[in-house]
Amino acid sequence: MSGFLLEYLPILIVFGIATVLSLLFLVAAKIMAPASGDVEKLSTYECGFNAFDDSRMKFDVQFYLVAILFIIFDLEIAFLFPYAVSLDKVGIYGWAVVMIFLSELIWGLYYAWKKGALDWQ
Amino acid sequence: MMAQSLQFWSDLSPLVWFGLKFAQVLAFVLVLSLMVAVLVLADRKIWAAVQMRRGPNVVGAFGLLQTIADALKFFFKEIIVPSGADKFLFILAPVLTLVMAFLSWGVIPVAPGWVISDINLGVLYVLAISSMGVYGIIIGGWASNSKYPFMGALRSAAQMVSYEVSIGFIILSVIFLVGSMNLTDIVEAQKGGLFNWHMFYLDFKNPINLILFPVMFYMGVLFFVSALAESNRPPFDLPEAESELVAGYQVEYSSTPFLMYFFGEYVNIMLLSAMMTILFLGGWYAPIDIGIQFVPPVFWFILKMAIIFFLFAMVKAIVPRYRYDQLMRLGWKVFLPMSLFAVMFISTWVVFFGEKAVGV
Repeated sequence: MSGFLLEYLPILIVFGIATVLSLLFLVAAKIMAPASGDVEKLSTYECGFNAFDDSRMKFDVQFYLVAILFIIFDLEIAFLFPYAVSLDKVGIYGWAVVMIFLSELIWGLYYAWKKGALDWQ
Repeated sequence: MMAQSLQFWSDLSPLVWFGLKFAQVLAFVLVLSLMVAVLVLADRKIWAAVQMRRGPNVVGAFGLLQTIADALKFFFKEIIVPSGADKFLFILAPVLTLVMAFLSWGVIPVAPGWVISDINLGVLYVLAISSMGVYGIIIGGWASNSKYPFMGALRSAAQMVSYEVSIGFIILSVIFLVGSMNLTDIVEAQKGGLFNWHMFYLDFKNPINLILFPVMFYMGVLFFVSALAESNRPPFDLPEAESELVAGYQVEYSSTPFLMYFFGEYVNIMLLSAMMTILFLGGWYAPIDIGIQFVPPVFWFILKMAIIFFLFAMVKAIVPRYRYDQLMRLGWKVFLPMSLFAVMFISTWVVFFGEKAVGV
Protein backbone atom coordinates (compact mmCIF):
# COMPACT_ATOMS: atom_id res chain seq x y z
CA MET A 1 0.00 0.00 0.00
CA SER A 2 1.17 3.50 -0.65
CA GLY A 3 2.56 5.60 2.16
CA PHE A 4 -0.13 8.21 1.76
CA LEU A 5 -2.87 5.66 2.27
CA LEU A 6 -1.02 4.10 5.21
CA GLU A 7 -0.97 7.48 6.88
CA TYR A 8 -4.44 8.77 6.24
CA LEU A 9 -6.69 5.70 6.02
CA PRO A 10 -6.46 5.14 9.82
CA ILE A 11 -7.79 8.66 10.32
CA LEU A 12 -10.72 7.77 8.11
CA ILE A 13 -11.28 4.70 10.31
CA VAL A 14 -11.32 6.93 13.41
CA PHE A 15 -13.83 9.15 11.66
CA GLY A 16 -16.01 6.14 10.81
CA ILE A 17 -15.93 4.65 14.29
CA ALA A 18 -16.60 7.99 15.98
CA THR A 19 -19.53 8.66 13.65
CA VAL A 20 -21.00 5.21 14.25
CA LEU A 21 -20.57 5.68 18.00
CA SER A 22 -22.42 8.99 18.00
CA LEU A 23 -25.20 7.61 15.79
CA LEU A 24 -25.51 4.68 18.21
CA PHE A 25 -26.00 7.18 21.02
CA LEU A 26 -28.84 8.83 19.12
CA VAL A 27 -30.51 5.55 18.16
CA ALA A 28 -30.21 4.17 21.69
CA ALA A 29 -32.00 7.15 23.18
CA LYS A 30 -34.60 6.99 20.41
CA ILE A 31 -35.34 3.34 21.22
CA MET A 32 -35.10 3.34 25.01
CA ALA A 33 -36.45 6.74 25.93
CA PRO A 34 -40.14 7.70 25.97
CA ALA A 35 -41.31 10.22 23.40
CA SER A 36 -44.20 12.38 24.49
CA GLY A 37 -43.74 15.85 23.15
CA ASP A 38 -46.29 18.55 23.78
CA VAL A 39 -46.41 22.21 22.84
CA GLU A 40 -44.99 23.51 26.09
CA LYS A 41 -42.20 20.97 26.24
CA LEU A 42 -41.05 21.73 22.72
CA SER A 43 -41.21 25.49 23.08
CA THR A 44 -38.06 27.58 23.31
CA TYR A 45 -36.60 27.95 26.79
CA GLU A 46 -36.60 31.50 28.06
CA CYS A 47 -36.61 31.27 31.86
CA GLY A 48 -40.28 30.30 32.04
CA PHE A 49 -41.67 33.07 29.88
CA ASN A 50 -43.07 32.64 26.42
CA ALA A 51 -40.41 33.55 23.88
CA PHE A 52 -40.62 37.24 22.96
CA ASP A 53 -39.40 36.98 19.39
CA ASP A 54 -37.17 35.03 17.09
CA SER A 55 -33.64 34.57 18.41
CA ARG A 56 -31.92 35.21 15.09
CA MET A 57 -31.37 38.77 16.18
CA LYS A 58 -28.78 41.51 15.78
CA PHE A 59 -25.58 40.98 17.70
CA ASP A 60 -22.48 42.94 18.59
CA VAL A 61 -20.26 43.74 15.60
CA GLN A 62 -17.28 42.98 17.85
CA PHE A 63 -17.77 39.23 17.32
CA TYR A 64 -17.46 39.82 13.60
CA LEU A 65 -14.26 41.83 14.10
CA VAL A 66 -12.74 39.05 16.19
CA ALA A 67 -13.53 36.58 13.41
CA ILE A 68 -11.76 38.79 10.85
CA LEU A 69 -8.71 39.22 13.09
CA PHE A 70 -8.66 35.48 13.67
CA ILE A 71 -8.56 34.76 9.95
CA ILE A 72 -5.63 37.13 9.48
CA PHE A 73 -3.56 35.82 12.36
CA ASP A 74 -4.35 32.16 11.79
CA LEU A 75 -3.28 32.55 8.18
CA GLU A 76 0.00 34.07 9.35
CA ILE A 77 0.54 31.03 11.56
CA ALA A 78 -0.18 28.72 8.65
CA PHE A 79 2.46 30.61 6.64
CA LEU A 80 5.02 30.23 9.40
CA PHE A 81 4.71 26.43 9.71
CA PRO A 82 6.66 25.63 6.51
CA TYR A 83 9.35 28.10 7.60
CA ALA A 84 9.58 26.50 11.05
CA VAL A 85 10.45 23.07 9.65
CA SER A 86 12.97 24.36 7.12
CA LEU A 87 14.93 26.79 9.31
CA ASP A 88 18.29 25.19 8.56
CA LYS A 89 17.70 25.22 4.81
CA VAL A 90 16.55 28.78 4.23
CA GLY A 91 19.36 30.30 6.32
CA ILE A 92 19.78 33.96 7.17
CA TYR A 93 18.01 35.19 4.06
CA GLY A 94 14.87 33.25 4.98
CA TRP A 95 15.15 34.40 8.56
CA ALA A 96 15.34 38.06 7.50
CA VAL A 97 12.30 37.68 5.26
CA VAL A 98 10.29 36.10 8.08
CA MET A 99 11.37 38.81 10.51
CA ILE A 100 10.10 41.49 8.11
CA PHE A 101 6.89 39.51 7.74
CA LEU A 102 6.46 39.21 11.51
CA SER A 103 7.21 42.87 12.17
CA GLU A 104 4.53 43.81 9.66
CA LEU A 105 2.21 41.50 11.58
CA ILE A 106 3.11 43.29 14.79
CA TRP A 107 2.39 46.63 13.13
CA GLY A 108 -0.98 45.24 12.11
CA LEU A 109 -1.69 44.18 15.66
CA TYR A 110 -0.59 47.61 16.91
CA TYR A 111 -2.94 49.28 14.41
CA ALA A 112 -5.89 47.12 15.45
CA TRP A 113 -5.07 47.81 19.09
CA LYS A 114 -4.95 51.61 18.58
CA LYS A 115 -8.14 51.53 16.51
CA GLY A 116 -9.86 49.86 19.45
CA ALA A 117 -10.67 46.63 17.62
CA LEU A 118 -9.49 44.64 20.63
CA ASP A 119 -11.56 46.54 23.21
CA TRP A 120 -14.85 45.22 24.51
CA GLN A 121 -17.36 47.52 26.12
CA MET B 1 11.45 3.99 15.95
CA MET B 2 8.97 5.58 13.64
CA ALA B 3 10.41 3.88 10.56
CA GLN B 4 10.29 0.49 12.29
CA SER B 5 6.64 0.72 13.21
CA LEU B 6 5.84 1.95 9.73
CA GLN B 7 7.74 -1.03 8.31
CA PHE B 8 5.69 -3.41 10.46
CA TRP B 9 2.45 -1.94 9.21
CA SER B 10 3.43 -1.87 5.55
CA ASP B 11 4.49 -5.54 5.56
CA LEU B 12 0.98 -6.72 6.39
CA SER B 13 -1.52 -7.79 3.79
CA PRO B 14 -4.23 -5.18 3.25
CA LEU B 15 -6.97 -7.18 4.95
CA VAL B 16 -4.92 -7.97 8.07
CA TRP B 17 -3.74 -4.36 8.10
CA PHE B 18 -7.29 -3.11 8.04
CA GLY B 19 -8.37 -5.53 10.77
CA LEU B 20 -5.49 -4.60 13.05
CA LYS B 21 -5.93 -0.88 12.48
CA PHE B 22 -9.64 -1.21 13.13
CA ALA B 23 -8.93 -3.04 16.40
CA GLN B 24 -6.37 -0.40 17.36
CA VAL B 25 -8.76 2.47 16.73
CA LEU B 26 -11.49 0.65 18.63
CA ALA B 27 -9.10 0.13 21.54
CA PHE B 28 -8.19 3.83 21.51
CA VAL B 29 -11.86 4.87 21.51
CA LEU B 30 -12.74 2.44 24.31
CA VAL B 31 -9.83 3.46 26.52
CA LEU B 32 -10.60 7.13 25.92
CA SER B 33 -14.24 6.57 26.87
CA LEU B 34 -13.23 4.77 30.06
CA MET B 35 -10.79 7.55 30.87
CA VAL B 36 -13.53 10.12 30.39
CA ALA B 37 -15.65 8.20 32.91
CA VAL B 38 -12.81 8.25 35.42
CA LEU B 39 -11.89 11.89 34.76
CA VAL B 40 -15.44 13.17 35.21
CA LEU B 41 -15.52 11.46 38.59
CA ALA B 42 -12.05 12.75 39.48
CA ASP B 43 -13.13 16.24 38.49
CA ARG B 44 -16.14 16.08 40.80
CA LYS B 45 -14.17 14.47 43.63
CA ILE B 46 -11.43 17.10 43.50
CA TRP B 47 -13.99 19.86 43.34
CA ALA B 48 -15.77 18.36 46.33
CA ALA B 49 -12.57 17.93 48.30
CA VAL B 50 -11.65 21.58 47.81
CA GLN B 51 -15.06 22.58 49.14
CA MET B 52 -14.81 20.03 51.99
CA ARG B 53 -17.62 17.89 50.66
CA ARG B 54 -17.49 14.19 49.87
CA GLY B 55 -18.61 14.24 46.28
CA PRO B 56 -20.27 11.24 44.66
CA ASN B 57 -19.84 8.21 46.93
CA VAL B 58 -23.01 6.14 46.66
CA VAL B 59 -22.90 4.33 43.30
CA GLY B 60 -20.19 1.67 43.50
CA ALA B 61 -17.20 1.76 45.81
CA PHE B 62 -16.16 5.40 46.36
CA GLY B 63 -18.69 6.38 43.72
CA LEU B 64 -16.60 4.78 40.98
CA LEU B 65 -19.66 3.86 38.92
CA GLN B 66 -21.29 7.28 39.25
CA THR B 67 -20.36 8.43 35.75
CA ILE B 68 -21.62 5.22 34.18
CA ALA B 69 -24.90 5.59 36.05
CA ASP B 70 -25.16 9.18 34.83
CA ALA B 71 -24.47 8.13 31.27
CA LEU B 72 -27.12 5.39 31.46
CA LYS B 73 -29.61 7.92 32.71
CA PHE B 74 -29.05 10.04 29.62
CA PHE B 75 -30.00 7.08 27.44
CA PHE B 76 -33.40 6.81 29.12
CA LYS B 77 -34.28 10.46 28.62
CA GLU B 78 -36.33 11.84 25.77
CA ILE B 79 -34.51 13.64 22.96
CA ILE B 80 -36.24 17.01 22.83
CA VAL B 81 -35.92 18.97 19.61
CA PRO B 82 -37.42 22.45 20.12
CA SER B 83 -40.19 23.29 17.68
CA GLY B 84 -38.39 26.39 16.39
CA ALA B 85 -35.09 24.61 15.86
CA ASP B 86 -33.44 23.63 12.62
CA LYS B 87 -33.88 19.92 13.25
CA PHE B 88 -31.08 18.52 11.12
CA LEU B 89 -28.42 20.96 12.32
CA PHE B 90 -29.64 20.63 15.89
CA ILE B 91 -28.80 16.91 15.87
CA LEU B 92 -25.72 17.32 13.67
CA ALA B 93 -23.96 19.76 16.03
CA PRO B 94 -23.29 17.40 18.98
CA VAL B 95 -22.35 14.60 16.58
CA LEU B 96 -19.81 16.95 14.99
CA THR B 97 -18.40 17.91 18.39
CA LEU B 98 -17.87 14.30 19.44
CA VAL B 99 -16.46 13.17 16.09
CA MET B 100 -14.00 16.07 15.97
CA ALA B 101 -12.93 15.39 19.54
CA PHE B 102 -12.08 11.78 18.67
CA LEU B 103 -10.57 12.66 15.32
CA SER B 104 -7.75 14.70 16.88
CA TRP B 105 -6.68 11.63 18.82
CA GLY B 106 -5.83 9.95 15.52
CA VAL B 107 -2.33 11.44 15.54
CA ILE B 108 -1.48 11.52 19.26
CA PRO B 109 1.37 9.13 20.15
CA VAL B 110 0.99 7.80 23.69
CA ALA B 111 4.09 5.57 23.66
CA PRO B 112 6.76 4.66 21.06
CA GLY B 113 4.77 3.34 18.10
CA TRP B 114 1.45 3.51 19.95
CA VAL B 115 -0.23 5.85 17.58
CA ILE B 116 -3.10 5.42 15.17
CA SER B 117 -1.45 7.39 12.39
CA ASP B 118 2.02 8.90 12.62
CA ILE B 119 1.63 11.64 10.01
CA ASN B 120 4.30 14.25 9.35
CA LEU B 121 1.83 17.09 9.60
CA GLY B 122 0.67 16.01 13.08
CA VAL B 123 0.66 19.44 14.70
CA LEU B 124 -1.02 21.15 11.77
CA TYR B 125 -3.65 18.38 11.71
CA VAL B 126 -4.43 18.86 15.42
CA LEU B 127 -4.75 22.63 14.91
CA ALA B 128 -7.04 22.13 11.92
CA ILE B 129 -9.32 19.68 13.69
CA SER B 130 -9.54 21.82 16.81
CA SER B 131 -10.63 24.71 14.59
CA MET B 132 -13.36 22.45 13.23
CA GLY B 133 -14.49 21.83 16.80
CA VAL B 134 -15.77 25.41 16.95
CA TYR B 135 -18.39 24.50 14.34
CA GLY B 136 -20.03 21.97 16.64
CA ILE B 137 -20.69 24.67 19.20
CA ILE B 138 -21.70 27.49 16.88
CA ILE B 139 -24.02 25.27 14.82
CA GLY B 140 -25.64 23.95 17.99
CA GLY B 141 -26.18 27.44 19.36
CA TRP B 142 -27.60 28.76 16.12
CA ALA B 143 -29.81 25.76 15.35
CA SER B 144 -31.47 25.88 18.78
CA ASN B 145 -33.18 29.15 17.79
CA SER B 146 -33.17 30.32 21.36
CA LYS B 147 -31.50 33.35 22.90
CA TYR B 148 -29.23 31.80 25.51
CA PRO B 149 -27.70 29.21 23.19
CA PHE B 150 -27.24 31.88 20.54
CA MET B 151 -25.32 34.21 22.85
CA GLY B 152 -23.39 31.30 24.32
CA ALA B 153 -22.37 30.06 20.89
CA LEU B 154 -21.22 33.52 19.79
CA ARG B 155 -19.17 33.98 22.92
CA SER B 156 -17.74 30.51 22.71
CA ALA B 157 -16.74 30.86 19.06
CA ALA B 158 -15.06 34.22 19.67
CA GLN B 159 -13.26 32.89 22.73
CA MET B 160 -12.04 29.70 21.07
CA VAL B 161 -10.74 31.40 17.95
CA SER B 162 -8.98 34.09 20.02
CA TYR B 163 -7.04 31.58 22.03
CA GLU B 164 -6.40 29.37 19.05
CA VAL B 165 -4.21 32.14 17.65
CA SER B 166 -1.98 32.22 20.71
CA ILE B 167 -1.95 28.41 20.90
CA GLY B 168 -0.78 28.42 17.29
CA PHE B 169 2.14 30.73 18.08
CA ILE B 170 3.07 28.77 21.21
CA ILE B 171 3.14 25.53 19.23
CA LEU B 172 5.25 27.29 16.59
CA SER B 173 7.88 28.10 19.22
CA VAL B 174 8.19 24.37 19.98
CA ILE B 175 8.37 23.49 16.29
CA PHE B 176 11.19 26.02 15.80
CA LEU B 177 13.21 24.17 18.43
CA VAL B 178 12.47 20.68 17.11
CA GLY B 179 12.33 21.34 13.40
CA SER B 180 9.53 18.85 12.75
CA MET B 181 5.75 18.83 12.88
CA ASN B 182 5.59 15.11 13.62
CA LEU B 183 4.42 14.61 17.20
CA THR B 184 6.64 11.54 17.69
CA ASP B 185 9.68 13.57 16.63
CA ILE B 186 8.72 16.32 19.06
CA VAL B 187 8.69 13.80 21.91
CA GLU B 188 11.92 12.15 20.75
CA ALA B 189 13.64 15.54 20.81
CA GLN B 190 12.94 15.76 24.55
CA LYS B 191 14.41 12.43 25.65
CA GLY B 192 17.07 12.22 28.34
CA GLY B 193 15.49 13.48 31.51
CA LEU B 194 13.65 16.41 32.99
CA PHE B 195 16.02 19.11 31.79
CA ASN B 196 15.50 18.22 28.17
CA TRP B 197 11.75 18.75 28.37
CA HIS B 198 10.79 21.94 26.66
CA MET B 199 9.20 23.39 29.74
CA PHE B 200 12.32 22.87 31.88
CA TYR B 201 14.91 23.32 29.17
CA LEU B 202 18.19 23.64 31.07
CA ASP B 203 21.26 22.72 29.08
CA PHE B 204 24.19 23.30 31.46
CA LYS B 205 26.75 21.97 29.00
CA ASN B 206 26.07 24.82 26.66
CA PRO B 207 25.41 27.94 28.76
CA ILE B 208 24.06 29.95 25.84
CA ASN B 209 21.09 27.56 25.80
CA LEU B 210 20.10 28.64 29.32
CA ILE B 211 18.49 31.77 27.91
CA LEU B 212 15.82 29.53 26.37
CA PHE B 213 14.61 28.32 29.76
CA PRO B 214 12.58 31.36 30.87
CA VAL B 215 11.03 31.73 27.41
CA MET B 216 10.01 28.08 27.06
CA PHE B 217 8.77 27.86 30.64
CA TYR B 218 6.62 30.90 30.03
CA MET B 219 5.34 29.40 26.80
CA GLY B 220 4.37 26.25 28.71
CA VAL B 221 2.38 28.29 31.23
CA LEU B 222 0.72 30.25 28.41
CA PHE B 223 -0.19 26.98 26.70
CA PHE B 224 -1.83 25.69 29.86
CA VAL B 225 -3.91 28.85 30.34
CA SER B 226 -4.84 28.93 26.64
CA ALA B 227 -5.86 25.29 26.92
CA LEU B 228 -8.25 26.23 29.73
CA ALA B 229 -9.80 28.90 27.50
CA GLU B 230 -9.82 26.65 24.44
CA SER B 231 -11.75 23.90 26.22
CA ASN B 232 -14.20 26.34 27.86
CA ARG B 233 -13.11 25.28 31.31
CA PRO B 234 -13.42 27.52 34.34
CA PRO B 235 -12.27 30.23 34.90
CA PHE B 236 -12.98 30.83 31.21
CA ASP B 237 -16.34 29.04 31.02
CA LEU B 238 -18.11 32.16 29.78
CA PRO B 239 -20.11 30.30 27.11
CA GLU B 240 -21.90 28.36 29.82
CA ALA B 241 -21.79 30.85 32.65
CA GLU B 242 -24.74 29.66 34.76
CA SER B 243 -25.45 33.03 36.28
CA GLU B 244 -25.76 34.75 32.91
CA LEU B 245 -26.59 32.28 30.20
CA VAL B 246 -28.08 29.29 32.10
CA ALA B 247 -25.96 26.73 30.22
CA GLY B 248 -24.88 28.58 27.10
CA TYR B 249 -25.07 26.65 23.85
CA GLN B 250 -26.33 23.51 25.62
CA VAL B 251 -29.56 25.00 27.00
CA GLU B 252 -31.93 23.26 24.59
CA TYR B 253 -30.10 19.95 24.58
CA SER B 254 -31.25 16.88 26.48
CA SER B 255 -30.62 13.15 26.52
CA THR B 256 -27.83 11.73 24.36
CA PRO B 257 -27.18 14.89 22.31
CA PHE B 258 -26.27 16.59 25.58
CA LEU B 259 -24.23 13.55 26.55
CA MET B 260 -22.29 13.90 23.29
CA TYR B 261 -21.44 17.53 24.03
CA PHE B 262 -20.32 16.58 27.49
CA PHE B 263 -18.34 13.61 26.24
CA GLY B 264 -16.71 15.66 23.49
CA GLU B 265 -15.75 18.36 25.95
CA TYR B 266 -13.91 15.91 28.18
CA VAL B 267 -12.22 14.18 25.24
CA ASN B 268 -11.03 17.65 24.21
CA ILE B 269 -9.71 18.36 27.68
CA MET B 270 -7.78 15.09 27.53
CA LEU B 271 -6.47 16.02 24.10
CA LEU B 272 -5.17 19.34 25.39
CA SER B 273 -3.54 17.62 28.38
CA ALA B 274 -1.94 15.18 25.95
CA MET B 275 -0.75 18.01 23.71
CA MET B 276 0.75 19.80 26.71
CA THR B 277 2.49 16.54 27.67
CA ILE B 278 3.84 16.04 24.18
CA LEU B 279 4.91 19.60 23.48
CA PHE B 280 6.32 20.65 26.83
CA LEU B 281 6.61 17.74 29.25
CA GLY B 282 8.55 15.14 27.33
CA GLY B 283 5.72 12.83 26.31
CA TRP B 284 6.37 9.26 27.43
CA TYR B 285 9.89 9.85 28.78
CA ALA B 286 10.67 9.41 32.46
CA PRO B 287 11.82 12.51 34.36
CA ILE B 288 15.12 10.83 35.26
CA ASP B 289 17.03 9.11 32.51
CA ILE B 290 18.74 5.99 33.89
CA GLY B 291 19.22 4.15 30.64
CA ILE B 292 16.77 1.28 31.12
CA GLN B 293 13.10 1.98 31.61
CA PHE B 294 11.41 -0.33 34.13
CA VAL B 295 8.00 1.26 33.78
CA PRO B 296 6.19 1.11 30.45
CA PRO B 297 6.39 4.47 28.62
CA VAL B 298 2.62 4.76 28.41
CA PHE B 299 2.53 4.93 32.20
CA TRP B 300 4.54 8.15 32.19
CA PHE B 301 2.36 9.59 29.48
CA ILE B 302 -0.83 8.91 31.40
CA LEU B 303 0.73 10.10 34.66
CA LYS B 304 1.68 13.44 33.10
CA MET B 305 -1.76 13.78 31.56
CA ALA B 306 -3.32 13.05 34.94
CA ILE B 307 -1.19 15.69 36.64
CA ILE B 308 -2.23 18.29 34.08
CA PHE B 309 -5.84 17.27 34.44
CA PHE B 310 -5.47 17.64 38.20
CA LEU B 311 -4.31 21.21 37.59
CA PHE B 312 -7.33 21.75 35.33
CA ALA B 313 -9.61 20.53 38.12
CA MET B 314 -7.88 22.60 40.80
CA VAL B 315 -8.18 25.74 38.69
CA LYS B 316 -11.88 25.01 38.29
CA ALA B 317 -12.31 24.66 42.03
CA ILE B 318 -10.24 27.65 43.11
CA VAL B 319 -10.32 30.45 40.54
CA PRO B 320 -13.39 32.70 40.12
CA ARG B 321 -14.83 33.22 36.65
CA TYR B 322 -13.42 35.90 34.37
CA ARG B 323 -15.50 38.68 32.88
CA TYR B 324 -15.86 38.44 29.12
CA ASP B 325 -14.01 41.66 28.24
CA GLN B 326 -11.17 40.65 30.57
CA LEU B 327 -10.99 37.30 28.82
CA MET B 328 -10.71 38.83 25.37
CA ARG B 329 -8.23 41.42 26.59
CA LEU B 330 -6.06 38.69 28.07
CA GLY B 331 -6.13 36.73 24.84
CA TRP B 332 -5.47 39.52 22.35
CA LYS B 333 -3.44 42.02 24.36
CA VAL B 334 -1.30 39.78 26.55
CA PHE B 335 -1.04 36.26 25.15
CA LEU B 336 -0.86 37.14 21.47
CA PRO B 337 1.94 39.78 21.67
CA MET B 338 3.87 37.64 24.17
CA SER B 339 3.76 34.51 22.05
CA LEU B 340 4.50 36.54 18.92
CA PHE B 341 7.66 37.98 20.48
CA ALA B 342 8.63 34.54 21.77
CA VAL B 343 8.33 33.13 18.25
CA MET B 344 10.58 35.91 16.92
CA PHE B 345 13.08 35.36 19.71
CA ILE B 346 13.23 31.58 19.35
CA SER B 347 13.51 31.60 15.58
CA THR B 348 16.37 34.12 15.84
CA TRP B 349 18.02 32.00 18.49
CA VAL B 350 17.73 28.79 16.48
CA VAL B 351 19.10 30.42 13.34
CA PHE B 352 22.14 31.96 15.06
CA PHE B 353 22.92 29.80 18.09
CA GLY B 354 21.02 26.51 17.72
CA GLU B 355 22.44 23.11 16.86
CA LYS B 356 21.75 23.63 13.20
CA ALA B 357 22.82 27.28 13.27
CA VAL B 358 23.76 28.69 9.91
CA GLY B 359 26.53 30.80 11.46
CA VAL B 360 26.95 34.54 11.36
